[in-house]
Amino acid sequence: MLGFVARKLLYLVPVLLAVSLLTFLIASLLPGDLAYVILGDQATPEKVAALRHDMGLDQPVWWRYIGWLGQVLQGDFGRSFRTGQTVLQAVGERLPVSIELMLFAEIIGLAIGVPLAIACAVRSGSAFDRLMTGSAFGMLSVPTFLSAILLIYLFAVQLRWLPATGYVPFEEDPVANLRFFVLPAMTLALAEWPGIMRVLRSDMIATLQEDYIALAKAKGLKASRILFVHALKPSSLTLVTITGINIGRLIGGALIVETIFALPGIGRLLIGAIYTRDLVILQGVVLLVASGFVLMNFVVDMLYAVLDPRIRHGHA
Amino acid sequence: MATLELGIVEEVAAAPVRRARRIGPLFWAAIGWIIFVFAAAALADLLPLPSPTDMDMLERRAPISMLHWLGTDGLGRDELARLIYGARISLTVGLCGPVIGVTIGGALGMLAGYFRGRFEALVVGSMDVLLAFPPLILALAVTAYLGQSILNLTCILGVLGIPAFMRVGRAATLTLARREFVVAAQALGATHARILLRELLPNVFLPLLAFFLLGVAVTIVAEGALSFLGLGVPPPISSWGSMIGEGRESLEIAPRLAFLPAAAMFLTVLSFNLVGDTLRALTDPRQGAL
Repeated sequence: MLGFVARKLLYLVPVLLAVSLLTFLIASLLPGDLAYVILGDQATPEKVAALRHDMGLDQPVWWRYIGWLGQVLQGDFGRSFRTGQTVLQAVGERLPVSIELMLFAEIIGLAIGVPLAIACAVRSGSAFDRLMTGSAFGMLSVPTFLSAILLIYLFAVQLRWLPATGYVPFEEDPVANLRFFVLPAMTLALAEWPGIMRVLRSDMIATLQEDYIALAKAKGLKASRILFVHALKPSSLTLVTITGINIGRLIGGALIVETIFALPGIGRLLIGAIYTRDLVILQGVVLLVASGFVLMNFVVDMLYAVLDPRIRHGHA
Repeated sequence: MATLELGIVEEVAAAPVRRARRIGPLFWAAIGWIIFVFAAAALADLLPLPSPTDMDMLERRAPISMLHWLGTDGLGRDELARLIYGARISLTVGLCGPVIGVTIGGALGMLAGYFRGRFEALVVGSMDVLLAFPPLILALAVTAYLGQSILNLTCILGVLGIPAFMRVGRAATLTLARREFVVAAQALGATHARILLRELLPNVFLPLLAFFLLGVAVTIVAEGALSFLGLGVPPPISSWGSMIGEGRESLEIAPRLAFLPAAAMFLTVLSFNLVGDTLRALTDPRQGAL
């Protein structure tokens, strides 16, 4: 197990280095000079040249990259020249919102997807199964921003049950906080459950044919216990896989959902940085999000190994 | 109750998993819709449509009428014309992006799967780096620096598709490269280029095509999301995503302004998904493959 973790950790180093390099190259090679952005359109060439020199922008790219990487490794991701906030402050402030949103969404997605998958697997081929499989397939074709608008129209405009936009910190008013999170989380969950349900369903259909299920049945165990405990347990690996694959989509979805529902999370920070051309924040956030994503995938890989010994011994 | 439930379980065990999705009326309906949207987009200039960018401030959010078949939007522009011209953007980006992805990704995947060794490790490793970025974040960051244009948008979304196509191409090539007909061709002294193009490509083509159609659906959605956020195609060009974004502001007064392009996008994405998935199920030998 230790050897496995060490091997995976070693692989992380070049990937993270390449991620930082790519982030840096996107930011520095593409047009849109930081000095011009800071000084505005009216800047004289001399002023721009002076600022470029002060910021070290006139040095070769690789030299700037090493300098930047050194700062990043010391925890200095730079400071926004618009708000004066450091990247870490800005991200730290908004990260809890994004995490709450994604967790909430994944819980709703699992709460819809898992029972539906079991119900469909038990009655596979029935009218109910075909209806649900069909709707899951249809839901996969509904983009996040589309279901967001649909939910806003239904629950905020027509029924007026829930607020369409806004945010209250959890510490101030937990109920109001959750009310603001219901629609955004539902939006994301609508994109999550079809994937969970489709994969888990086909997994369960195979599991239900195993001998040990027949044995459990012969022992006279309750059907609900067989389905939710015996049959679901071997699918835990599948669930981890789906959740892992979903993270990337969840991050992208959270970006859109936070913008639509005006939640002050990482996604809105990023979009705001793009609108105001706040390149330091943009570069820092992209690097942090991508690194976080790589680490999340690493954790998912580790979870696999814990759940399935074959993987850590390389027989998979 | 318990016996009843488990009785059904036994039936499941007896009935084999359906082998492949049958080609049904839905498949043909999807093909029909795709052809319809293509025709409308291609013939947009020939159709007797009002201009999609001419504003008429006296006719803002006008209801459905003989002059404006689907009414007008918040700036008095003809909704039907914007829908059809929007289809052009969505289809252009949606098709050209995956073409870039399938050409580069498919080629890299085939080469990696055929030659193996260091080259394969390099290709797979660099794709891992590209996959390390949540796709939408990378697309946003690059459009933010490059500037908004249809060409930039297509290229970025195309590049983002490369890793997925590489994986499909490599996986298909890996299994095929060990098959008898490839070994036979090698024994006959065929060059690598000939084996790749004449023996492997025809076999890898179908899985790649099925994946290409799914890629079109994903790309249309991604373009829609970027345009919805106002970071996709620059105005006043209409795209379904930007129309939904504009319609969001008048959701209470004129919900159709958001829901018409939404329906068009949903049907198109669903059609590509349906056709792609059917093709994939037909080409995938695994039983009951999803």
